[in-house]
Amino acid sequence: MTGYLKIENVDKTFSRGGASTKVLENVCLRVEKGQFVSIIGHSGCGKSTLLNIVAGLTKATSGVVLLEEREVNAPGPDRAVVFQNHSLLPWLSAYDNIRLAVDKVFGATTTRAKRHEWTMHNLELVQMVHARDKRPGEISGGMKQRIGIARALAMQPKVLLLDEPFGALDALTRAHLQDQVMALQEQMGNTVMMITHDVDEAVLLSDRIVMMTNGPQATIGEVLDVPLRRPRDRISLATDPTYLECRQRVLQFLYERHRYVEAA
Amino acid sequence: MTMPVTHNDSAAPLYDDEIEAAFRRRRTPLLLKYGGNIRDFFAAVVPPLITLGLILLVWQLLCVRPDSALPSPSRIWSEANDLILHPFYETGSQDMGLGWRVLTSLKRVAVGFGLASVAGILLGAFVGQSQLATRGLDPIFQILRTVPPLAWLPISLAAFRDSQPSAIFVIFITSIWPIVINTAVGIRNIPQDYRNVAAVLQLNQIEFFWKIMIPSAAPYIFSGLRIGVGLSWLAIVAAEMLTGGVGIGFFIWDAWNSSRLPDIFVALIYIGVTGFMLDRLVAFIGTIATRGAQAS
Ligand SMILES: Nc1ncnc2c1ncn2[C@@H]1O[C@H](COP(=O)(O)OP(=O)(O)OP(=O)(O)O)[C@@H](O)[C@H]1O
Ligand SMILES: [Mg+2]
Repeated sequence: MTGYLKIENVDKTFSRGGASTKVLENVCLRVEKGQFVSIIGHSGCGKSTLLNIVAGLTKATSGVVLLEEREVNAPGPDRAVVFQNHSLLPWLSAYDNIRLAVDKVFGATTTRAKRHEWTMHNLELVQMVHARDKRPGEISGGMKQRIGIARALAMQPKVLLLDEPFGALDALTRAHLQDQVMALQEQMGNTVMMITHDVDEAVLLSDRIVMMTNGPQATIGEVLDVPLRRPRDRISLATDPTYLECRQRVLQFLYERHRYVEAA
Repeated sequence: MTMPVTHNDSAAPLYDDEIEAAFRRRRTPLLLKYGGNIRDFFAAVVPPLITLGLILLVWQLLCVRPDSALPSPSRIWSEANDLILHPFYETGSQDMGLGWRVLTSLKRVAVGFGLASVAGILLGAFVGQSQLATRGLDPIFQILRTVPPLAWLPISLAAFRDSQPSAIFVIFITSIWPIVINTAVGIRNIPQDYRNVAAVLQLNQIEFFWKIMIPSAAPYIFSGLRIGVGLSWLAIVAAEMLTGGVGIGFFIWDAWNSSRLPDIFVALIYIGVTGFMLDRLVAFIGTIATRGAQAS
């Protein structure tokens, strides 16, 4: 087993002034190419921190992240991030938000017309062509998140990093977007690392679920393979024994063995 | 048994609806379409007009005696109405309409304030970006900011030995501080999210400046510019009183020296109205330029 994306012995300590807290301890994870991996854990355990280390936005205190055997230590478009709160630039239209990324990544290699086409193509992927000229302030939360996903996909990243992409959405919109993301991933075979704290979402979308223990000094407690065939359908899965079994395992981990403890 | 009831129920309201609709059709355009706008217009214009009328009335009553120290509105009108009615006449090097004088002053403000805007935004961006620069420079800015415009004039005259660049320098140095300070605050308040986006996209310094910094800090920058333009206008009038030339400030000084008090009152009105319009102009550009910049 080689691993496309490898996280090796990553530790992270935040220190401010004299106080320092060790948030992550000895995190090791391998993700294969084309795999969809979810990271689940209680709030504040360090999921975003881990994702930011992979994105290169935060530096690990020790340990390395390797992508295709090369160490990553700075952010870059090969690891596109869909942020927890969409992070669209509010002064740009939906189109321009995506176009900015497209221009930056493909500006040197493709023509203007091609970049326009590619931007439109990505708007189509998330069914947002009708909102191309709207600014983030004028569209709903779900639409914003879709533009954020389109922006990330448009960079053709080697790894797509999703930080609770559906966390702020209502249940119906969330289900709709989950289906869309699943379809897109099947279509394009992206390697995805997604943070979530929704058990159903994790089981539905992932090939593997990485369960993190509670912080401080959180680490990977257990990794669960989800052997469900794709394409998956949420309605028929609701009664599927494998699905229920996986769901049960994650729930046990989160609520029996690693119960959420209120930070002292 | 149900039939007649249904019939009654449906027929009667239909009739009423028709009448009412016809009635409404005739009345809505005037009342509902324009009524709101007209009312808004009057609500905005009438109260200031009333206040103005009252002030003029009280003023007139206070200064109506022929030996009063200050001229009454009616005397101002009778002695200086040419200045009000003909802002753009020109007959000699010092005999011209107040419109020309205001334009001369505005030209100086444009140069001084323009330079202050560019320099202020760049300096503010630098200061806002760096913790160290903030710590080192911010206290100095806060002190310099409080120096009144005229206090700079002697230094400026000594340095430039000419009144024209001195006046411009005074505007520059007066208006730059709020621009610097506000820009720096705006840059410091750029959300981490936007910085993260820029980092993932690997924007370089120049791209970051134009695509993230300026639009994100624009609301702060414009509030700095608005304060700055107000200070510029304060400074130019004061500076011109001392440096001479053809500006509106010198006109006041000149009028004072030749005891033309009514002219001074008219000049004050010109200055006030121009300052008000400058402020509104910058605010207007600001609202257009920062549309959508508010985070959501
Ligand atoms: N810049 C920082 N400085 C100091 N401590 C930090 C910093 N960022 C995160 N932490 C701490 O690290 C811990 C993990 O934070 P993180 O944001 O990774 O949690 P999370 O698992 O993503 O939580 P959530 O599910 O609520 O998003 C928290 O206790 C937090 O207080
Ligand atoms: Mg988080």
